[in-house]
Amino acid sequence: MNAATAGYNFAYLDERTKRMIRRALLKAVAVPGCQVPFGSREMPLAYGWGTGGIQVTAAVIGAGDVLKVIDQGSDDTTNAVNIRRFFARVTGVRTTERTREATLIQTRHRIPEVPLTEQQVIVYQVPQPEPLYKLEPRRSAATRLHAWREYGVMNVKLYEDIARWGRIDSAYDHPVLVNGRYVMAPSPIPSFDNPKMHRMPALQLFGAGREKRLYAVPPYTDVKSLDFEDHPFKVEPQGHACALCGSTDTWLDEVLQDGGARMWTCSDTDFCRERREEKQP
Amino acid sequence: MYVAVKGGEAAIAASLHLLDEVRRGDPAVRELAVAQIREQLALAVDRVMAEGSLYDPELAALALKQARGDAIEATFLLRAYRTTLPRFGYSEPVDTERMQVGRRISAIFKDLPGGQVLGATFDYTQRLLDFGLLADEREPAPQPVAAVAGEKAETGVAPALQQLVAEGLVEPAVPSAGDPEPEDITRTPPAYPMNRATRLQMLARADEGWVLGLAYSTQRGYANTHPFAGEIRAGRVPLELVPDELGFAVEIGEIELTECQMVNQFVGSAVAPPQFTRGYGLVFGEGERKAMAMSLADRVLRADEFGEEVTSPAQLQEFALSHGDNVEASGFVQHLKLPHYVDFEAEMQTVRALRQRHREAEE
Repeated sequence: MNAATAGYNFAYLDERTKRMIRRALLKAVAVPGCQVPFGSREMPLAYGWGTGGIQVTAAVIGAGDVLKVIDQGSDDTTNAVNIRRFFARVTGVRTTERTREATLIQTRHRIPEVPLTEQQVIVYQVPQPEPLYKLEPRRSAATRLHAWREYGVMNVKLYEDIARWGRIDSAYDHPVLVNGRYVMAPSPIPSFDNPKMHRMPALQLFGAGREKRLYAVPPYTDVKSLDFEDHPFKVEPQGHACALCGSTDTWLDEVLQDGGARMWTCSDTDFCRERREEKQP
Repeated sequence: MYVAVKGGEAAIAASLHLLDEVRRGDPAVRELAVAQIREQLALAVDRVMAEGSLYDPELAALALKQARGDAIEATFLLRAYRTTLPRFGYSEPVDTERMQVGRRISAIFKDLPGGQVLGATFDYTQRLLDFGLLADEREPAPQPVAAVAGEKAETGVAPALQQLVAEGLVEPAVPSAGDPEPEDITRTPPAYPMNRATRLQMLARADEGWVLGLAYSTQRGYANTHPFAGEIRAGRVPLELVPDELGFAVEIGEIELTECQMVNQFVGSAVAPPQFTRGYGLVFGEGERKAMAMSLADRVLRADEFGEEVTSPAQLQEFALSHGDNVEASGFVQHLKLPHYVDFEAEMQTVRALRQRHREAEE
């Protein structure tokens, strides 16, 4: 650590705060998908920019961890760079852009394309942990609905989507049922990523700093995207191939080019790099 | 051919450098000292302390300097520092009766027991720009009035409402019935419904503009409180702490506070005779506007206690309180600047599919 961070504890937060967060995380792991209130601290990062994610990362990171931070699937978006720099500065741990090398991955809006393993933990930044908030803005009332497992409002919403649009209109942050019990917000990942959460070998932790809530999905837990028997949840292909690696089974960013042309490239930049390297002898 | 944009790191470094430059402004103009901000922009400092919920004029002034005068950014800086401080303990409740009042006014007494003290106020200025202040240096400040008259700030001024409370006309200033020991909102996440002590904490560090707007709405018919400014006082109060190893209170310093006791709408029932109720406001430093607004907001939020019908946004606890924190609000509103292109792409896919369907239906 350098002089500027000399006055700070390892990973910025003091040990008592980390313990408080870990206790909340243990509860979250014990009750998969249930939102656990925690004493969210004010972080040197703006609310809405990953304060929940960095508190969870700070609470679980150890000196031996290798950290990867992505935003929109990319390691090089400014906020990902900033969070990675922050942890490099306050922990001195090794950072990486390679998904396979990382032991701890903090993400915003994507799940890496490479299947994660039991040796890895993924931390999601969550802007709005309450999946029912558009239907019931009062958190006191929404908490009761979760307790009673009363998800009728959500089913009606999904039904109305189908009646109106012929499909469910949540292209991202599509709600999931965790372990057959709690309806949970997967954070604003594209629905394309939802199936990756199901029985994932890695521990999935979710942090919402501004809303002061944590939740978790333990390894190998059932995560089912909400749907109906006659309108099953399905991932629709984008119908394009990555211009860099040729991939057709990954989430693609649409890039507008000068002259109005469009190209599609992998949103997961590390995965794209890996595929290209495989192809080259 | 497009290659994934690299260089976020270099761009951030360049931006930080530029920020340093614009903060300094024209180097031909003398640099602003933190002490100047603390002394001469004291109300900005007070606001940052109140909303940053940290009483430290020096650091609040530093935050303002670093934030280029942006009050909310300065508040954020102070909060991010505050969060790293160890918690020694909790002070004893401050006793505003022991305040050295620099200002004390009441709107409900023609002849206020203990006397009105105007102190330094903008209230009776005529809001004409003083072009004399354009000059960099002026003659030395005039002799303080109090010193001229040989007076000192008064301490131990009894609350203006004391007599009316003794007669039972105004409710006493005690915690609301059933309220537990207050929780620390920076340690325990807020849960609704919220007791009054916790609500007051939320309001004390809420954004002044937000609280002012809430209060104003209650005066324009969105809820109603029939307010009268019972007493507003500002000045220094001693702060006491009981160290574990001593077991008795030790004075650890003084802080400046502004307190507002608003006298409101009377209530009564079959069992209790009618009496005026109160709204309460208390903020760090000189923050009269905020303290008054807070007292109005506090009173309407007591709707449950008095069985009043909840009809307006200012009365809704979750609405009024959870959106008043400007550090939270500013962060979340501005997070929309972060890339959202993955979600947007997902949404485009949906809209394209829907448009396709629409076209097919038309054909």
